[in-house]
Amino acid sequence: MERDKHFILGIFDDEDILLNAVKEVRATGIRIHEVFSPYPVHGLDEELGYKRSSLPIAAFLFGVLGTTLALTMQFYMMKFDWPMIIGGKDHAAFPDFIPVTFELTVLLAAFGMVGVFMISSNLKPWGQPRIYDLRSTDDKHVMAIDIATNASVDLEKIKDALKTSGATEVNSKSFD
Amino acid sequence: MQVTSPVRDPLVTGGKTYKDVTNDIARHVEGKPTVGWLLGLAVSLGALLIGSLALVATLWEGIGMWGLNKTVGWAWDITNFVWWVGIGHAGTLISAVLLLFRQKWRTSINRAAEAMTIFAVICAALFPLIHMGRPWIGAIWALPLPNTYGSLWVNFNSPLLWDVFAISTYFSVSLVFWYIGLIPDFATIRDRAIGLRKTIYGALSFGWDGAAKTWMHYESVSLILAGLATPLVLSVHTIVSFDFATSVIPGWHTTIFPPYFVAGAIFSGFAMVLTLMIVTRKVFKLEDYITIGHIELMNIVIIITGSIVGIAYITEFFMAWYSGVAAEQYAFVNRMFGPYWWAYWSMMTCNVISPQLFWFKKIRTSIAATFILSLVVNIGMWFERFVIIVTSLHRDFLPSSWVMFYPTITDVGVYLFTFGFFFTAFLLFAKFFPVINMAEVKAVLKSSSEKKIN
Repeated sequence: MERDKHFILGIFDDEDILLNAVKEVRATGIRIHEVFSPYPVHGLDEELGYKRSSLPIAAFLFGVLGTTLALTMQFYMMKFDWPMIIGGKDHAAFPDFIPVTFELTVLLAAFGMVGVFMISSNLKPWGQPRIYDLRSTDDKHVMAIDIATNASVDLEKIKDALKTSGATEVNSKSFD
Repeated sequence: MQVTSPVRDPLVTGGKTYKDVTNDIARHVEGKPTVGWLLGLAVSLGALLIGSLALVATLWEGIGMWGLNKTVGWAWDITNFVWWVGIGHAGTLISAVLLLFRQKWRTSINRAAEAMTIFAVICAALFPLIHMGRPWIGAIWALPLPNTYGSLWVNFNSPLLWDVFAISTYFSVSLVFWYIGLIPDFATIRDRAIGLRKTIYGALSFGWDGAAKTWMHYESVSLILAGLATPLVLSVHTIVSFDFATSVIPGWHTTIFPPYFVAGAIFSGFAMVLTLMIVTRKVFKLEDYITIGHIELMNIVIIITGSIVGIAYITEFFMAWYSGVAAEQYAFVNRMFGPYWWAYWSMMTCNVISPQLFWFKKIRTSIAATFILSLVVNIGMWFERFVIIVTSLHRDFLPSSWVMFYPTITDVGVYLFTFGFFFTAFLLFAKFFPVINMAEVKAVLKSSSEKKIN
């Protein structure tokens, strides 16, 4: 059996039952491929053992880049490249540079972070996602278990674990 | 898991299930347009077309078509600019500030409010653009490019340039914030659709699959964007107010302008959200999602910001008297009793007196009263900008140059154009995009619905 092709799906109606089920299924030693939900379920990432998102760090780094670029640009243009006396003030009127610096910091932080998010989560207009169950964007939570990764566990045991933990349906799904 | 007080009123009424949320909101995207919608679109497109004549006249003949004169060099155009930017503040405020404050009631109104923000900022940006006379050359004047006519750079000491950066950053960050929120809902529509619609919404949904890992990153992105957008919202109108406050014109040269403008912006923005949402909930039958409770909470924001604006007006007066500067004192007396007294008193009635009616629970929970008052606030806020700008300029330091400002038909036409654009864009949004954030409503459904759902 090839990896990443054949799955057992547990369908859940309720977010609290789902959270508990993730805990129970993982406790039996079964490895969960992924859970698909119509809305963000708080605490699900922790139950699945995901590392915290590092996107805030990306945002911070892009923000620092924005600050640096903005200040460099303004000092270069106003102080070094073509100094002019405006309102009798110093060429390097630092307080006057704050608004543009702030705006460019926010701009780069926001766009940088969203860009990293799009790339790392593989979101693109021509993206063709694998749909495990159409209802996972409507009203059901879908827990997908990769059969190949759990080759050591009996199929029936996986199905039983899903049922006893509260899945309303247990289906199987294959992709070519 | 969250703990919610049992005495808190439900945010979603009618005992909706997750499936109902999808059906109720996706229905409008999938169904045929209603007669009311088509009628609205026809009227908006009509306004857009008639207004575009004035826009073409401005671009073809120049801004001499406007009512500006030697004394009043800024009037109708910048009044409209500030008015539209102000309206554009509610959307990001609702999405960002209320997200940080964990106000769950924002979930049913944030999508439409953000859309409104984006369209309002586009309308606002039109005015400084066409005010340049030849906007196609304007890019060289407004952006930090070496000026090909003399190798000068733009002036980073000028608030007008800060505005270029503030408005464009605000527009693009709001657009991204709004679009990120739309992605999961486009996926919901994609998974319900077949054929061409599936392809279109598939592309719009960026291949979203709702995986727990993606949701985790998504939540993180939303929170950081909210954290970035909150100071951004405040900075934008602060910088708009600098356009006036850093000058030496009596009536403009005051340090109270930034907080006063920000409060005024939120005030007018919420009024416009109410105007639009009251119509939208009725037309699209979304009364269970946008409840009287939502309207009441927005009205409370209006009382607070309206009162801040009122206090700012009084403070300005006090400071004009207390400063002992004759020109400053005259500017304010002229506002009240000069030739533009009617604009001043319209502003005072609409902005200071009428929102105080919302202290009565009967009025702030009445749809009809809220709708009328929201229009009144928007009219009042337009007059506020007109009063600040025109009455301060028309009687300047030299009495021989005192004049009146009268708008021309072209002025009115360009304003009509922005209305046409705004409502056309909003109607198209309301038809083809989910007007309520389905994913976010579903996320609060269990804790905030009328009926416990299992």
